[in-house]
Amino acid sequence: MSEKELINLEQIFEERIERDEKIEPKDWMPEKYRQTHIRQISQHAHSEVVGMLPEGNWITRAPSLRRKAALLAKVQDEAGHGLYLYSACETLGISREELYQQLHTGKAKYSSIFNYPTITWADIGAIGWLVDGAAIINQVALCTTSFGPYARAMVRICKEESFHQRQGYEIMLTLCNGTEAQKAMAQDALNRWWWPSLMMFGPKDEDSPHTAQSMKWKLKRKTNDELRQQFVDQTVPQAAILGISIPDPHLKWNEASGHYNFGEIDWEEFWQVVKGHGPCNKERMEARVGAWEEGAWVREAAMAHANKQTNKKVAKAS
Amino acid sequence: MKKEWPLWEVFVRSKNGLEHRHFGSLHAADAEMALENARDVYTRRNEGVSIWVVESKYITASNPSENGEMFEPAKNKVYRHPTFYKLPDEVKHM
Ligand SMILES: [Fe+2]
Ligand SMILES: [Fe+2]
Ligand SMILES: [Fe+2]
Repeated sequence: MSEKELINLEQIFEERIERDEKIEPKDWMPEKYRQTHIRQISQHAHSEVVGMLPEGNWITRAPSLRRKAALLAKVQDEAGHGLYLYSACETLGISREELYQQLHTGKAKYSSIFNYPTITWADIGAIGWLVDGAAIINQVALCTTSFGPYARAMVRICKEESFHQRQGYEIMLTLCNGTEAQKAMAQDALNRWWWPSLMMFGPKDEDSPHTAQSMKWKLKRKTNDELRQQFVDQTVPQAAILGISIPDPHLKWNEASGHYNFGEIDWEEFWQVVKGHGPCNKERMEARVGAWEEGAWVREAAMAHANKQTNKKVAKAS
Repeated sequence: MKKEWPLWEVFVRSKNGLEHRHFGSLHAADAEMALENARDVYTRRNEGVSIWVVESKYITASNPSENGEMFEPAKNKVYRHPTFYKLPDEVKHM
């Protein structure tokens, strides 16, 4: 392809996105669009999968059968979300094997929030309420993204997420209406999960060099700071209903802007966890890689069985 | 022998009277497992009453870069549309 033809294709492509046309897998796309999407979609898929680990920790210890069934269903949903997203990513020409490999070797990232431990039952409430709450804000914004398979996966995921947040909030509500010790447990969980949840929206706009390009490709529909503000504005009144307080002395309603002002995030901690030095990075990767390696014989056996069945059918037919 | 599970496309009929629609894809060792996984992944909330799975490699797809030649003949046959025929306003029920 000549350079002139390439520029022409790129221009047609940008115009299609401008007109809100969806891009489908077999359509021509700039290599950078493909690579950026592989990176973002796979990172999102990995987050769904690794995200099962901190919550899975509590399935056997949930305080009632009702809570156990709900948590199990939620974790199963997250596995499904991982699968929708991996499938969307594979349409861009990368294999599932390769995607797993990138996760397992640390080449690909996943959301840092899952590198924090779940030490009490209230953490399961806080995760549903705050972490799924933050994820929903991110994901609703992506339902109209330009890449068709990603947008369709997002629509399915968003439909399923609202139960996740409600079940989390209900856990918090129950604890907050319980004994003093239970309420203290809820407050402690909020204290530990609040700031990492705000970090889920990523670096500040001025420190996010890819934002402009991502906005242009509609891979991002709102900036990190806009989404974070939306999260704070909607979560503060929810904490008030629970009767617990958000651990931020600078949190204050701003009459003029119609938003809450809030304190500065500890960006040093954010980058430390991104770089692999969070409380559970190592444990998460060991669990993930372990599951993959220990499951190898099952995958091989299933494939051997399938081949045997096919051979039998072929033998019968001939 | 291939070690990786092949890719399957999943089609779901959401209720009787509607067609099967493409829902997504998944990996499975064989058709039976593909059906079971499709049930677990795509119909956890009564989204379907019937599932088809087909190995992705058996799907032949048209190429979007040839959409011009592929779909042009449909565009220039305007006489296939009712609006092509000019009738007086007095003609009713047509
Ligand atoms: Fe999810
Ligand atoms: Fe998600
Ligand atoms: Fe979720």
